Amino acid sequence: MSIVKTEKLTYEYIRRDEDGNVEGSILAVDDVSLDIQQGDFIAVLGHNGSGKSTLAKHINAILYPTGGTIWVDGRDTKDDKELWNIRQTAGMVFQNPDNQIIGQVVEEDVGFGPENMGVPTPEIWQRVEESLKAVGMYEYRKHSPNKLSGGQKQRVSIAGVLAMHPKCIVLDEPTAMLDPSGRKEVIRAVRGLNDVENMTVILITHYMEEIIHADKVFVMDNGRIAMEGTPREIFSQVEKLKELRLDVPQVTLLAYELQQRGVKLPDGILTHDEFVEELLKVRVGG
Amino acid sequence: MPIVLEHVNYIYGQDTSLPVYALQDINLVIPDGQFIGIIGHTGSGKSTLVQHLNGLIRATSGRVLFNDQDIYAKDYNMRQLRSNVGLVFQYPEHQLFETDVFTDVCFGPKNLGLDKQEVELRAIDALRKVGISEEYFKQSPFELSGGQKRRVAIAGVLAMKPQVLVLDEPTAGLDPRGREEILNQIAVLQKETGMTVILVSHSMEDVAAYVDRIIVMNHGKVMYDDVPAKVFSHYQELEQVGLAAPQVTYIMHKLREKGLFVRDDVTTISEAAEEIARCLEISP
Repeated sequence: MSIVKTEKLTYEYIRRDEDGNVEGSILAVDDVSLDIQQGDFIAVLGHNGSGKSTLAKHINAILYPTGGTIWVDGRDTKDDKELWNIRQTAGMVFQNPDNQIIGQVVEEDVGFGPENMGVPTPEIWQRVEESLKAVGMYEYRKHSPNKLSGGQKQRVSIAGVLAMHPKCIVLDEPTAMLDPSGRKEVIRAVRGLNDVENMTVILITHYMEEIIHADKVFVMDNGRIAMEGTPREIFSQVEKLKELRLDVPQVTLLAYELQQRGVKLPDGILTHDEFVEELLKVRVGG
Repeated sequence: MPIVLEHVNYIYGQDTSLPVYALQDINLVIPDGQFIGIIGHTGSGKSTLVQHLNGLIRATSGRVLFNDQDIYAKDYNMRQLRSNVGLVFQYPEHQLFETDVFTDVCFGPKNLGLDKQEVELRAIDALRKVGISEEYFKQSPFELSGGQKRRVAIAGVLAMKPQVLVLDEPTAGLDPRGREEILNQIAVLQKETGMTVILVSHSMEDVAAYVDRIIVMNHGKVMYDDVPAKVFSHYQELEQVGLAAPQVTYIMHKLREKGLFVRDDVTTISEAAEEIARCLEISP
């Protein structure tokens, strides 16, 4: 079942000078058509300014298309009556955890969303408990968010979205400000939601390692979808990605460097185990 | 102009029942011209530490010496210190405020009381060093890309001609190419000018690729202080404190476990490729 579908989605910023005259326009999203199925793990890559975040903000109706259409769970986001349904269907998590947490206590913060939706109190508590357990933060429910690490704060932000029972969660560079273990915690939590709860995940990131388990990767450039495919298909194209100001996971790059030196390794190696296995084959064969 | 920290402690809420040691007995010597990386989990004291280097935070106890002078001495010229030790904060582009790029970079040196010509020469030089070409000088800084904005902000600090440049996560939120561009420019700058550069980072790969020395912070203390290969050989201990080694270090360890006897003190991709090729007896 399709959860997010766009058809020729376009978003144009109009630039005006001080007197309000139109100076020019920028197509931040340019003719994007895509179809994301319920339960998919989707990754979106692209350099700064490629249109990733603008696209993401259409998914929960923070922005509306200036051309084309986007349907979230079958609802056209331009339909005002559907706004709250759409926001509850697709939740968003942003880069900076400190900008997203408002509660004085973790469980209070997580309960904020469902409370605003008018969920009855006993059910709010139930949702808070489930959501915090899903991201492994239940034992911190009585803590002050201020005292948590970056990764923990970000998981609380994710729990806050989960408590609204969305079908789809959009994460816009959720790990950009985190240390290595914080990044790992967040990605593990996100993968868990996808695997266990069958939640649709749309992850925007600049860290190539984080998306090797995605079902599908979209690479954006100048507001358009420049590449799409499985992580293996995408990361096999080292040169093309570099042209798009991107990179490949370190292990993929190492394999690529060795290929350049004449070692016969397959394209698009994504994990350490895979690399070790293939390299040992080469050694035996060679 | 070396910086020396002697028994530096920084305590939050010292007079309360719950004092917190943000820094505990820090002893460091930072000689001229080194490229140093500081790593540590969130809250390990990295940012607190670097803010001691130019006197923004005053140690609760202990001494900080810049060029053999105690910066806490009564008549010490703190203003001079702040221009000698330039600090680039996280997301420095949030501090851009002027109407155009050039004026923004002029702000720092102008405040040093230099004459107009010197101010402008410094701004031009600083912008050149970070790779912002003249066509952008009269543009609003807010119309630049994320990476460009950040480079303008770094230029603003460089225009003060610091002898020590401290960058707190200069690449957070940038795309891979943007990260590489900024770090390459800093590396070139460091070589050309012999400036001391201190890089606070969450990217083990970046730190491994660029710095001569790594200081690992954990709970307000220095946990390791050594060359990258030595520091990352403690990868298991690093993981326990929220850090990691570069990816390639793990790969090399795995290869050794499987009987391919590569060196395991390798921290960058090119070193690893060379080492594996050597073991496979493939000439480069």
